Amino acid sequence: MPGTQVSDLKSSRRQCSGRAQRTHGTVMDSNHQSSYKLSKTEKKFLRKQIKARHTLLRHEGIETVSCATRSLVIANGGLGNNVSRNQLLPMLEKCGLVDALLMPPNKPYAFVRYKTAEEAKKAYVTLNGKEIVDDLGQKIILYLNFVEKGINYTATSDLLLNPVIDGLISVMKDRQNQFIILVLGIHYVLDSSLCFRLSFKIVMDFKHPDGVTVPVMLPRRSLLVMTGESRYLWTHGITPRKFDTVQASKGHRSGIITSDVGDLTLSKRGIRTSFTFRKVRQTPCNCSYPLVCDSQMKETLPSFPESAREASQLEREYVHRVYEEIAEHFSSTRHTPWPRVVDFLKALPSGSLVADVGCGNGKYLGINKELYMVGCDRSQALVGICRERRLEALVGDALAVPLRGGSWDACISVAVTHHLATAERRVAALQELVRLLRPGGMALIYVWAMEQEYKKKKSKYLRENRPRQGEEEATHSHAAEPGRLLEQVPDAGDQDAPRPGSAAPDVRAAGGGARKVTDAKLPVHTNRTSFRSQDILVPWHRKGNPARDEPVRATGSHGPGPVFRRYYHVFCAGELEEACRSLSHVRLLQSYYDQGNWCVVLQKV
Amino acid sequence: MKLLTHNLLSSHVRGVGPRGFPLRLQATEVRINPVEFNPDFVARMIPKVEWAALLEAADTLHLVEVPKGPIEGYEHDEKFLRQMHHVLLEVDVLEGTLQCPESGRLFPISRGIPNMLLSDEETET
Repeated sequence: MPGTQVSDLKSSRRQCSGRAQRTHGTVMDSNHQSSYKLSKTEKKFLRKQIKARHTLLRHEGIETVSCATRSLVIANGGLGNNVSRNQLLPMLEKCGLVDALLMPPNKPYAFVRYKTAEEAKKAYVTLNGKEIVDDLGQKIILYLNFVEKGINYTATSDLLLNPVIDGLISVMKDRQNQFIILVLGIHYVLDSSLCFRLSFKIVMDFKHPDGVTVPVMLPRRSLLVMTGESRYLWTHGITPRKFDTVQASKGHRSGIITSDVGDLTLSKRGIRTSFTFRKVRQTPCNCSYPLVCDSQMKETLPSFPESAREASQLEREYVHRVYEEIAEHFSSTRHTPWPRVVDFLKALPSGSLVADVGCGNGKYLGINKELYMVGCDRSQALVGICRERRLEALVGDALAVPLRGGSWDACISVAVTHHLATAERRVAALQELVRLLRPGGMALIYVWAMEQEYKKKKSKYLRENRPRQGEEEATHSHAAEPGRLLEQVPDAGDQDAPRPGSAAPDVRAAGGGARKVTDAKLPVHTNRTSFRSQDILVPWHRKGNPARDEPVRATGSHGPGPVFRRYYHVFCAGELEEACRSLSHVRLLQSYYDQGNWCVVLQKV
Repeated sequence: MKLLTHNLLSSHVRGVGPRGFPLRLQATEVRINPVEFNPDFVARMIPKVEWAALLEAADTLHLVEVPKGPIEGYEHDEKFLRQMHHVLLEVDVLEGTLQCPESGRLFPISRGIPNMLLSDEETET
């Protein structure tokens, strides 16, 4: 082991910067080793040590220093590497008096501060390059570097933790008693979800729809009673992992795990057995959380429209109002124009007058500077965005477009007609486009397709069905328009965890998309899945992760992250062409499938 | 709203049909937004313009130096094209109203955006 360590030091001297040379030189002198050629292993160690330094700089903005200080960073010796406080601390204490050992959660490194620089240097000499066996039995090599003497660990801990989450947790602490009761012993049978755990202690994560996560330690042989908000509004689950990060000082006591990096250690998971008891309700649900309540949501779902008036009401509530609400967020997800629409616009003769009916945020209005384009949309908020971009647009309805008839060289209608709730209204909207055109003028129409798999190829809409992490708002691809945002994917890994957001099997059977329109309620589509019905409500989740995207608004001051539902009629193969055949004064020039949409080009005759 | 856009707008109140054009413009705030002059583009707009409607709108805004109609060889007449460029593309109505000439229905223009929405009763057939 000492040999390993020394060769590591020597290699540092040869290849590191001048500053580094001095330190390592000093340390090496104390070892009285003569130099010899670098072996393969030595080179590897050096690379690893440099890499560890870079990781630290990248993660924390902390630079290692060459002169010996009281503080060291121990790469590979972090909670994220399955090294626990219990294992690391005794090793460090052998080298001197440990002032503090900071172990940030999920990080592959830890920080130690000694009383003196001498002690820190001793630890460096003894432990750099040391191979240890982690709690899982895997070999790990520690790499040490000195860090700035005066590092403010309070500031460091702020860096280590997402400050927003930190703030939210402290807000939630005040609400602790309202949302969770933890008891040891089985005394209570309440009208609530009960679960008790045997064998190992475990950390259960509670998540608020706002994006706040609160980890709660459940000791072995404990009983957890969830009532009120904790049961109905918060989702809970056990993230699959081998270790939980827990507070060292709390021992086996239950409670919320705080983010004090000076007090975190690991708790290895073992086999756990848990039982969940839930009382099944016999009466309609009247809980105070209608936004996440399946039965209450079901109650308020709109019916399939039976008349033009009902269709108009449905469109008003489930299309117009929703776009008005989500306009800004919607617009932020719509920056990339679809290539084939762009091709159509670029192919038009210079000086053409073009109307974009349902122009949204105006992403097509400025595509070709040789055209005069005017946009029209129902949403004042979206037209406002067009105007901010100095584009010509007005507020108007696709069924009564306030534009002069017979005078436009071309029209486009992209992802609009599928928001109309009866076949008659869809045809009427197409006829409106034809009315606008001059004879010979052309219209390009895109609607969302029922078939999201075409010629054995899945549309981008389906292909992007992946976990929410690292997605989504800024995606630049030209995937199918309507459902750009992902449905919330619950990340709870525990099957026994009832999630208020998801339907229990019995509820799903009644509310899923597979059934025929027996009760005439419109089914809610699950985003990024195949359509199971043509007339559907598609959820829109405003802001995927508020904690990440919009720290100011994530303070829990507003209600749960809102979910909006937009009405869609997705078109089957041939349906759009069929509708076009019923139009007068028009011929069908082209029809094609493009990334989950059915598309036609019409020409007025 | 540019005057070229105004020239392409029409009222769509039920039963009005083609008599919904031109909308009567009243402006309380107008701004001149300089736009890069593209003579070919302006020349292509000329045959598409409804002159009576344009002159009426320009008149309500008290614009001067507005050509009374297309002149011979306008494609190569820079003075004419520059005047048309200014009227059609640089004059921007920010606040005001548009009135349906047939039904009298008023539509607001606010922050440069005409709001042409009607209630269901006004559009139902």
